[in-house]
Amino acid sequence: MALWSNFTFNDGLFALNTARMKIVGQQLACERGGRLVFAGVDFTARAGRMLVLRGPNGAGKTSLLRLIAGLSEPAGGTLELEEASLPPDTLLGEHVHFIAHQDAIKLHLSVTENLSFWAGFFGGGDVAGAMAAMNLTALGEFQAQRLSAGQKRRLGLARLALVEKPVWLLDEPTVGLDAASLQLLADMMTRHLDGAGIIIASTHIELPVKSSDILDFAGLADRAG
Amino acid sequence: MRIGPGEMKSAFAAVISRDLSLAVRQGGNIGTAIGFFLTVIVLLPLGLGPDQQLLQRIAPGALWIALLLSVLLSADRLYQTDHDDGSLEIMALSSTPLEVVVLAKASVHWLTSGLPLAIAAPVLGFLLNLDTALILPLGIAMVTGSLALSLLASLGAAITVGLRQGGLLVSLLVLPLYVPVMIFGVLASSGAQSGIDNSGTALIILVAIVLAALVVTPFASAAALRSYMR
Repeated sequence: MALWSNFTFNDGLFALNTARMKIVGQQLACERGGRLVFAGVDFTARAGRMLVLRGPNGAGKTSLLRLIAGLSEPAGGTLELEEASLPPDTLLGEHVHFIAHQDAIKLHLSVTENLSFWAGFFGGGDVAGAMAAMNLTALGEFQAQRLSAGQKRRLGLARLALVEKPVWLLDEPTVGLDAASLQLLADMMTRHLDGAGIIIASTHIELPVKSSDILDFAGLADRAG
Repeated sequence: MRIGPGEMKSAFAAVISRDLSLAVRQGGNIGTAIGFFLTVIVLLPLGLGPDQQLLQRIAPGALWIALLLSVLLSADRLYQTDHDDGSLEIMALSSTPLEVVVLAKASVHWLTSGLPLAIAAPVLGFLLNLDTALILPLGIAMVTGSLALSLLASLGAAITVGLRQGGLLVSLLVLPLYVPVMIFGVLASSGAQSGIDNSGTALIILVAIVLAALVVTPFASAAALRSYMR
């Protein structure tokens, strides 16, 4: 397992002090396909805390995560990375683990090969540690197409432990997980928060992770009009 | 610059080795391209009749047309799986420029379709009574020209990646761009067949087209892929 003991992340580019890091969104608006998904969203995600996105389907939780990752541009408002010792032109995306609905795994590669590819792509990573973190060690030689839906999800989530990145954006990370895997995920998230990482997660179930803030989308739909 | 050449090389190598092993394991793309190429070349003499002179005259052109169509056959799948399973987004978020990923994927496309076909073409040329003096120039022109074909195919595939059934659209978009490659490719592989031997000049222009495609298409493809993720 990687070193989580101090407050310094090294994601292969340069050491990044995240102890006081904040992601601040002000009056954010998002448009998708010409339709206003949400408007007037304010949030602050602090180091060492998890921000939980709540809301009905279609409220814009995924859109907000994609916006924070830098995959799309806000239709209004500002999104800032504060207090981190980063050059001002830094793209947040490089420091983000984004777990989307798709698991980003290749069905014709084995579990080990899938993780080794991402380790190679990110320029180094702890494949054995990532497999242990999501209890995949025994499945190492299996082709991903032989895995169950929950096991595929675990393989997708193992990427979180492969390379250290200060910000985790998790879109419904618990879908398909059994109770034991849910605990593994919660342990991994707790370790990340203890290391002054930031987690922004959308979830419909209660995650056993301490210190979380909640951003509720329920009331925002009215304001979007 | 925050990202060193070391990381980019490692990401480039990772994409190439993953896609090569996927191509070998699935087998579909390489097999389909060579099978299609073989079918066209076998059917041509059957359709045109046993006129040896005619076949010898059209052999370089026919081989090039078959190469273009076979390369296009696998083009629309270039980014499709990476787009569908979410890998492309993760790659776009990393510190490695998407242009490097595009270049790696275009290289794999060349290694699995253009290159094997360019090597097979002079051999299959015997079915078309290809002049033996042309085997070497044809091979060189095809290995070179197919590089441009794969780079341009990656551009077409990137533009249509979000569309279901984008296959035909890729062909329509890319075929006009293939015209100069084919013109100079055929000229470079025909020797003195049409009177004057311009094959040396044609090969140099073909190389220039490849270099231009190498510079332009990674940026254009990456821009197209990014606009789909918005």
